[in-house]
Amino acid sequence: MKTKLQEYKNHPFSMLMFILIILSAVIMIGAMIFIIGYILVRGIPNMKPELFEWQFTSENQSMMPAIINTVLMTLCTLVMAVPVGVFSAIYLAEYSKKGSKIVKIIRMTVETLSGIPSIVYGLFGFLAFVIALRWQYSFISGAITLAIMVLPLIMRTTEEALLAVPDSYREGSYGLGAGKLRTIFKIILPAAMPGILAGVILAVGRIVGETAALIFTAGTTAAVPENIFSSTRTLAVHMYCLLSEGLYIDQAYATAVVLLVMVIIINALSSFLAKKLTKN
Amino acid sequence: MKSNQLTEIIMKFVFLIFACFSIVAVIVICAFMFANGFPAMAKIGFGNFLLGTEWRPGQNLFGIFPMIVGSIYVTAGAMIIGVPIGLLCAVFLTFYCPKKLYAFVKPVVGLLAGIPSIVYGFFGLVIIVPIIQNVFGTGGKGVLTASILLGIMILPTIIEVSESSLRAVPKQYFEGSLALGATKERSIFKAVLVGGKSGVMSAVVLGLGRAIGETMAVIMVAGNQAAIPKSVLSGVRTLTSNIVLEMAYAADLHREALIATAVVLFVFILIINICLSMVKRRES
Repeated sequence: MKTKLQEYKNHPFSMLMFILIILSAVIMIGAMIFIIGYILVRGIPNMKPELFEWQFTSENQSMMPAIINTVLMTLCTLVMAVPVGVFSAIYLAEYSKKGSKIVKIIRMTVETLSGIPSIVYGLFGFLAFVIALRWQYSFISGAITLAIMVLPLIMRTTEEALLAVPDSYREGSYGLGAGKLRTIFKIILPAAMPGILAGVILAVGRIVGETAALIFTAGTTAAVPENIFSSTRTLAVHMYCLLSEGLYIDQAYATAVVLLVMVIIINALSSFLAKKLTKN
Repeated sequence: MKSNQLTEIIMKFVFLIFACFSIVAVIVICAFMFANGFPAMAKIGFGNFLLGTEWRPGQNLFGIFPMIVGSIYVTAGAMIIGVPIGLLCAVFLTFYCPKKLYAFVKPVVGLLAGIPSIVYGFFGLVIIVPIIQNVFGTGGKGVLTASILLGIMILPTIIEVSESSLRAVPKQYFEGSLALGATKERSIFKAVLVGGKSGVMSAVVLGLGRAIGETMAVIMVAGNQAAIPKSVLSGVRTLTSNIVLEMAYAADLHREALIATAVVLFVFILIINICLSMVKRRES
């Protein structure tokens, strides 16, 4: 220890850098603990039973309809995004030849899609579904917008999972006389499943936390939708509405806790699955 | 056997069609945004729209220059705060972090990346805004507040991407430098960081994209005045918040002007993406 200190004394640059590194690690870890801790500490006392009543009224500001909507919205989005994402990734990982032009274009567009900010997705959904297709503010407009938004995430994680399956699996399957299709569906997809699921769960996290893309597509009606063409709000949008009215800070704390708990569960699940993949 | 081969071929095309979906999505998004945004820009006049400093929809004045400047200020502030801390944290996680601490910190960084932006905005509203209020005696919402919040928000992106690029640098660089008598810190900053330069660059560009596109968090803490900020403490409105604030009640030319605002933002993002792919190409 002492010799190390001596060494630092002779190298001011190193000492400075060492201090800065430790300092920023402390700042980062401190900020993390503070954000999560503060919201939990202030929010949990505000978790009152009337916040979980089935019907939303202006008195109870219940978040129950919003929670149900979040689940429905997530399922509906995944039903659209997962097949498209997984099939695209199968093409990229299993069929495409290196350097083919179409693959280059696909990769470029996927990168573009993943860089587009959610508010631009929101406006696009507004123009395309709410206005051009005349679906009004509706559940389905929001779900399709979100499906396009999470598509690049699902494609990328699925492709990585597929490429991580060892080639010996493929060769073994071909060697036993299976065709390419059979190999993909019976051998490669099951082996890559934890990785694919980890990606899908990350997508769930994005859907749950999304606000900007939903305000102008799914609207802000605080009720469970009657059909896919009724307006609806998810939990994150619900929180935005509470904050923009400015009167419901306590309820906003409680909503933040629920969102945070959802994200914690989602992240834990995803990393558990990812770990499972590396173990295999 | 024949029918089997046929399904193989058909399925290959099915996969291809699905893979082309992302191309279609980009084309449709571009078409809708540009078709709705450009007429408004033409009506207002490109110069008046992009360089006009007055945004008064009631009087048909649609100049988004204050918002462009606002977005640039806030993003730059976020980079000044987020990039050094994020990079040093990545160095910490790669070279200094004890294993037990790493097992705790790494998942929490992932968690930080997953926290919804509305929750960050709320946190900024109830914590950072009052702090700034007390320290500087102003309203609390402004460039500085938004920069701090965005700086925290881009941390996980920068940490994760630059950590993986630091780990990808061959160990010999680090060990060789140590063997030549350099200290650990000097080896990290003069050998490893130089080796992982392009990965770090793409981390920075990704963070940039996230900061400029962020909406809901900024709206809560930036004050949202549609004027060029005079100091780091005065309120500011970004391109993204301009859209969300007024879209709900906008009509006609006002609405088209907001869509045109999104087009400007979209073009910014496309430029950032091109930079990113150039950085990545240099990497390979």
